[in-house]
Amino acid sequence: MGSHSENNGSENTPGERGSEKRGTTGFGRRDLIRRSAALGLISVPTMSFLSACASSGGGGGEDKAKAGKKTAKNPLAVNETAPLEFVLFDGGFGKEYAEDAVKIYQKSFPGAKVKFSATQKIQSTLQPRFNQGTPPDLIDNSGAEQMDMGVLVGKKQLADLTPLLDAASFDDPNKKVRDTLRPGIVEMGQFDGDPVWIMYYAYTVYGVWYSQKALDSLDATYPQTWDQMLAVCAKAKKKGIAGWTYAGKYPYYLPFSLYPMIGKVGGREVLDAIDNLEPNAWKHPAVKACFDAYYELYKKGYVLQGTPGLDHIQSQTAWAKGKALFIPNGSWVENESANVIPADFDLAVSAPTGIDSSDKMPFGTIWASGGEPFVVPDRANNAAGGMEQLRIMLSEASSKNFTSKVKSLTAYNGGTDGITLTPGLKSGVAALDKAGDNVVNPRLQDWYVQLQKEKIGVSGLGEMMAGRLTPAEAIKKIQGYADEAAKDTSIKHYKHQ
Amino acid sequence: MQHGKYRFVVGFLALPLGLYALFVVWPFVQSIYYSFTDWTGLSPEFKMVGLDNYRRMLDDDIFWKSLQHSLMFALVLPVVTIGLALFFAFMINVGGRGRKGGPVVSGVRGSSFYKIVYFFPQVLSIAIVSLLFAFAYNPDSGAINSFLRGIGLDGVQPLWLGDPDLALWCVMAVLVWSTVGFFVVLFSAGMASIPADLYEAALLDGAGRAATFFRVTLPLLWDTVQSGWVYMGILALGAESFAVVQIMTTGPGGPDYSTTVMVLYVYQKAFRDGQAAYATTIGVALLVVTLAFAAVVMRLGRRERLEY
Repeated sequence: MGSHSENNGSENTPGERGSEKRGTTGFGRRDLIRRSAALGLISVPTMSFLSACASSGGGGGEDKAKAGKKTAKNPLAVNETAPLEFVLFDGGFGKEYAEDAVKIYQKSFPGAKVKFSATQKIQSTLQPRFNQGTPPDLIDNSGAEQMDMGVLVGKKQLADLTPLLDAASFDDPNKKVRDTLRPGIVEMGQFDGDPVWIMYYAYTVYGVWYSQKALDSLDATYPQTWDQMLAVCAKAKKKGIAGWTYAGKYPYYLPFSLYPMIGKVGGREVLDAIDNLEPNAWKHPAVKACFDAYYELYKKGYVLQGTPGLDHIQSQTAWAKGKALFIPNGSWVENESANVIPADFDLAVSAPTGIDSSDKMPFGTIWASGGEPFVVPDRANNAAGGMEQLRIMLSEASSKNFTSKVKSLTAYNGGTDGITLTPGLKSGVAALDKAGDNVVNPRLQDWYVQLQKEKIGVSGLGEMMAGRLTPAEAIKKIQGYADEAAKDTSIKHYKHQ
Repeated sequence: MQHGKYRFVVGFLALPLGLYALFVVWPFVQSIYYSFTDWTGLSPEFKMVGLDNYRRMLDDDIFWKSLQHSLMFALVLPVVTIGLALFFAFMINVGGRGRKGGPVVSGVRGSSFYKIVYFFPQVLSIAIVSLLFAFAYNPDSGAINSFLRGIGLDGVQPLWLGDPDLALWCVMAVLVWSTVGFFVVLFSAGMASIPADLYEAALLDGAGRAATFFRVTLPLLWDTVQSGWVYMGILALGAESFAVVQIMTTGPGGPDYSTTVMVLYVYQKAFRDGQAAYATTIGVALLVVTLAFAAVVMRLGRRERLEY
């Protein structure tokens, strides 16, 4: 459940998808609990689990596979017989695409034994192995049980992927892997300085999602200024349709359209200042203008009644049924809500509406970034093999395979020619073309999960959109949270390079 | 006859006590140990940091909110649940007015049917119950608001779980709904063992339902009520409250932290934020709260044992 799944959390990492189950249904039958003899035993359910990870200090790492022979076909010098272990997050993208890529690896290295497994419980499965120093060689660290990247990097648990980026690409020996990727992917994998710790494999387009058919039926086009937006919502209201809905229980979906709007109105530097937790970053007039605009939707009654009590699935369902025109979301929505989106819905995504012509960036400025983060642990026995597996996945053929199977783009720049694109995907590609260089990538959700989701999302934006805070109060509250996070010594801090 | 008694006792107790020490006491000791470190839970390295985690906890607003909500659960839920369960159990077992030719002590009409109905939620996993109620509370198309619209109250459409003033009560209501049946059955079993002649005597002296309950039933059930009380408090502080809050509420943790509870906070720190040591610190606080709760209930509830 990832990025969506509000299940436990990690929902929205780009890339989580709905099919993931959120939440633990973990503590099972009460009867078991009942029988657990002593009172008090139950009181700290997680603690006894933790004891299972009693740290045993680094055991692994000494028996790493020796390097193989570096050839044109094997630029990473993978040891031809070293076993490879690959653990995938089994979420909305399924596992078929990775299994297909594993087959290619085995063809290249017939002498290597590949152990592939897929799970939804990344952290439960892998935490003990990190604690013992015997992690697998390649991990798709995603979903509700995503391991905190900041902690992994800070504790030097990940390998630098620069050798992979500098290796020749799978399709063209004259091109480095890094030159075949979409803009921003490499930077996203950096935390501080040059090393690249994470390879985001999927590519998510965030924005305002709507039904082209519904918009046509109102004789409207997608609004580019906020006055036009209000006019469209007023038209919709006359027909008994709400202008907007959003995942009210998980209001950190609002930033998918709100943050790029702030970037469009005030320029990229406003978003960078916010990410860097600079003092008064939220006090910028562009932030206020955008908050006021969104608050107006609430004030004028353009938000679907009851939205603050809906979860992501419920809000998407209401939207798919035509109860609301617009919803801020990511490109996974097409796959996640496939069963409720009508066949003639004509799903489309647009870059966020701005305020007016004085905005710093043109209409079309959009948030797009990597999702589905793959990492190679520092103590992996066969790190070169893990990177080689990624190099295979970043080939045109593997990328196409992924896109056609799961309706999502990949980090590989291209890979959409010659396959039939679904309406949402087609619209996403068009939005990216229109954006050109005007792609923004706010990082709060990767760097400061608790700040972004709980504090800014639920306690700030969620309260404002439910009408319990004014924009000025929300900004003050959010600035306070950001200042707290900047001062919090228990978390690692990052800055845009 | 006393010969070898201790060896015999020790021999029988060694295995269960050994298991208990290994799987219960030892993890507790370890958790307390980790609360003095900076262990992340994601790497084998950690160092001792003394009381830093405890200092941080005392300054942590969210921790205080979660403690407040957990205490509220521990105080309110047992009162409501046990009060309701006692009432239902009494009506099912003793509350009937003697019908001609029937037994003197009987439940209200249809009591065997009610017994099954009350117990039914116990059969469902708490996760399923939480999901069902999450749908019922859906402000747009949920059962509760649809019902309100159906009876013409279109203007009354609360946000339920989306409203910081209501969310915690919504969660508590679900916990009451799902646990009351267990206590009804527990108290029914207790009442069944109270001799019928005590009730007959009370009836002959002209006691009404209320007097019978407070003068006969409750005093004789006191031990059962007390253990039920502690048990319900622990459920409210622990696993059950985690499941409902995690599955049902915004965030999870409620709008503006209005439903966050200690167990949820332990979980989030350990499994979302990579701060296992801090999570164990909160776990230690939860342990203290739980033990204190049990001690208080036991102390306040001390009475003479009645023989009957």
